[in-house]
Amino acid sequence: MPHSSPSSQRVARRAGLARAFSEFLPPDAILSREEELHPYECDGLPAYRRLPLLVLLPTTVEEVQAILRHCNTQHIPVVARGAGTGLSGGALPHEDGVLLVLSRFNRILDIDVANRCARVQPGVRNLAISEAAAPHGLYYAPDPSSQIACSIGGNVAENAGGVHCLKYGLTVHNLLQVRLITIEGELLTLGGGGLDGPGYDLLALVTGSEGMLGIVIEATVKLLPIAEQAQAVLAAFDSVETAADAVAHLIAGGILPAGLEMMDNLALRAAEDFVHAGYPTDAAAILLCEVDGHADEVTAQLSRAERLLKESGATEIRVARDDAERQRFWAGRKAAFPAVGRISPDYYCMDGTIPRKRLAEVLHEIAVMSERFGLRCANVFHAGDGNLHPLILYDANVPGELEKAEQFGGEILELCVAVGGTITGEHGVGTEKIDQMCVQFPDAELETFHAVKAAFDPNGLLNPGKAVPTLARCAEFNAMHVHQGELPFPEIERF
Amino acid sequence: MAEHDHDHTETLKEQIVRAASEGSPLEIRGGGSKQFYGRAPLGDPLEIGDHTGIIQYEPTELVVTVRSGTPLTQIEQVLAERRQILPFDPPHFQGGATIGGAVACGLAGPARPWSGAPRDALLGVRILDGRGRTMRFGGEVMKNVAGYDIARLMAGALGTLGVLLDVSLKVLPAPGDHHTLVMDLDARQALEHMTALNTQPVPLAGAAHVDGQLHLRLACDAALAAHWRRRIGGELSTDDAGFWRGLRDHTLPFFDQDAPLWRLSLPPASPPQNIGKTLIDWGGAQRWVFTEETPEQMWALATASGGHATLFRGGNRQGGRFQPLPRPMAALHTRLKKVFDPENVLNRGRLYP
Ligand SMILES: Cc1cc2nc3c(=O)[nH]c(=O)nc-3n(C[C@H](O)[C@H](O)[C@H](O)COP(=O)(O)OP(=O)(O)OC[C@H]3O[C@@H](n4cnc5c(N)ncnc54)[C@H](O)[C@@H]3O)c2cc1C
Repeated sequence: MPHSSPSSQRVARRAGLARAFSEFLPPDAILSREEELHPYECDGLPAYRRLPLLVLLPTTVEEVQAILRHCNTQHIPVVARGAGTGLSGGALPHEDGVLLVLSRFNRILDIDVANRCARVQPGVRNLAISEAAAPHGLYYAPDPSSQIACSIGGNVAENAGGVHCLKYGLTVHNLLQVRLITIEGELLTLGGGGLDGPGYDLLALVTGSEGMLGIVIEATVKLLPIAEQAQAVLAAFDSVETAADAVAHLIAGGILPAGLEMMDNLALRAAEDFVHAGYPTDAAAILLCEVDGHADEVTAQLSRAERLLKESGATEIRVARDDAERQRFWAGRKAAFPAVGRISPDYYCMDGTIPRKRLAEVLHEIAVMSERFGLRCANVFHAGDGNLHPLILYDANVPGELEKAEQFGGEILELCVAVGGTITGEHGVGTEKIDQMCVQFPDAELETFHAVKAAFDPNGLLNPGKAVPTLARCAEFNAMHVHQGELPFPEIERF
Repeated sequence: MAEHDHDHTETLKEQIVRAASEGSPLEIRGGGSKQFYGRAPLGDPLEIGDHTGIIQYEPTELVVTVRSGTPLTQIEQVLAERRQILPFDPPHFQGGATIGGAVACGLAGPARPWSGAPRDALLGVRILDGRGRTMRFGGEVMKNVAGYDIARLMAGALGTLGVLLDVSLKVLPAPGDHHTLVMDLDARQALEHMTALNTQPVPLAGAAHVDGQLHLRLACDAALAAHWRRRIGGELSTDDAGFWRGLRDHTLPFFDQDAPLWRLSLPPASPPQNIGKTLIDWGGAQRWVFTEETPEQMWALATASGGHATLFRGGNRQGGRFQPLPRPMAALHTRLKKVFDPENVLNRGRLYP
């Protein structure tokens, strides 16, 4: 996308806005010079870039309320940004709006051991919560691979998951309360001090709402006792399909792993080169399976898992010898995206989720597409949840490759929908998957989404144009998309 | 399974369309086991009890999709055959409870702090809104952030935002074994004990205090239970399953009292409130209180503790039953209700007037 050229009109508008905000914000909370704005032009999906009119960096709740009230009365679009690690262009600025950056809200307000929860500001990094809770034997369970950087506000807005959410749940399962500021500047408390709140479950509704309904200004999250023991096993397979079938076999065997992740050859070799995790680089795919609990339970589960993996045709099974080796197994997995980033100028990360039983078939189909598009694709994903992360490798400097990568990605998502899954498991729709929403949802559902948004944000100023496509856009997209009445993937059995 | 599939979507739809055009309210009725819950029902019954059937159940996917009128007992039996459970262990009360009612009421059994509520297990729904439109939100996969989470919004909404047609739920492998430790403690000591256990990785599946005794339920085998007993104390109960079922379904002798029954949802470590006969559940986070205090007093008390209160049984069904909402929240509730049910026909006034 080209940068908007700084027309004189735009410069004047920027200056006028900055003046208006300086009435109630300190000077260091307003960025308006173009070079100051550039670091904020994109989130973790750099294919989409745009400069906002202004970047605002408030530090108090009252300032955020004042900003929102002003934007609402003046009809100025507002895009929230946490740490900017999002992978769907959710925090992509609006060219006629302000970018509301929450990074200065970085305080842990309370670690409440008796009630086993932490009250934090939205800019607090995910990992910082577990670090602060560790002296009490507690931790915050959802652990996105970006956890050293991403903010809890962004986690709430995306309903982030992690490698341990098969057993411990997503963000939505680990929240007790959220304070939300509406576009009208009202401060709402969602959820409760106990395990539920009065009225509708707006805590669930707001989780994963991508900054479209309000600004998360505080979150109270559950803390869990650190398991007595955790143990990981690495299993190698000589085909991706066998590895995929092993996932179903483990679950059918009554194992509920704390984490169950899969990496294919391309991904595991990249990770191995990057962090030297000790992965078997000749394997077509590996599974990482972690069990945790009391020592006796762990031993029992582990031997069961080993047996099930062997039955599923694993060519090698390696139990981490000590905690350091277990950490290394995970370090490779958590570094997989940047590792793939080292072997290709650019990569494009998809996030569809499918029923586990379709894993082998869908991975096969993706390999076929990869051939057809002539673009490599690495797979590293949350196998236990059926949440795929195909990483499409491309070079943005080669004309046409980005478009090809996007088309490849779009087809993967449509395949996910066709087998009964969804276009996004944890990264959100954002800017990126807006067209695929038309594939997943009929008009009535889309209309309902818009109506729900309007109930919170009647003027449509929070993150406009993201997450939910207009019906007109879908009509256009669907008309272009169904060629001569033929659906994509005619050979795939429909859900 | 197909021969037991009874799809009444069309009939239900017709009734809603008619009610909406006349502006006349409908009382959504499943098995009737929770008819006592909420404000007094209004209008003609919309019977869901015949809309039954297990649409899809695949044990390796850990997902079941069922029509909302399906009895809980039937679902639980089908799951038990594959050694799986509904994680939220919904109350059955006097019997006849349906899965739709369980999700709509959002109530969960004693393992709630560790295994979650209906909203936590809910993956997707098909609903009829107040205009009689069928819509589908969420799905049958574990992770899904496409669109707002309207499926979870339905859990606990008491049917006021839509009639649940079918629900997809995450299921779990059944825990192997349960053992309960019982110890004589007063309420304050029990709360302290439960709080102290918080930071230890005890495999808890229940923690309740009633009639001078703390009951701790462990989900583990006998050997591990013995290990934990040495660390935490108490005697092994001989009626593990019976006690927790009685607590879940309110059939313990404690529940046989005349005063109105209140449910308090509080931060678990909140000190005991001396306002009436109290049973502490969920490790302190849910408290059942028989009291003649006024609703205003109960709401003030809950707010002061950072929680909320519900008049669960007894008392005035024309008045408020649920904690009143602050003004902007109440306004938002009204707007959301309008989105899903503009003519206000579905369970009119059941949640808030
Ligand atoms: C290497 C890498 C690995 C990743 N791994 C995972 C993973 O394992 N699991 C996973 O779920 N995600 C993962 N992600 C994606 C990303 O880290 C998550 O989506 C994260 O939750 C985003 O947080 P953030 O603070 O960076 O949000 P941002 O990118 O700043 O914003 C994301 C969205 O949230 C909104 N938002 C941010 N803060 C607020 C707020 N306070 N109030 C309202 N709206 C707000 C924004 O408007 C935007 O729509 C990964 C990303 C990278 C780069």
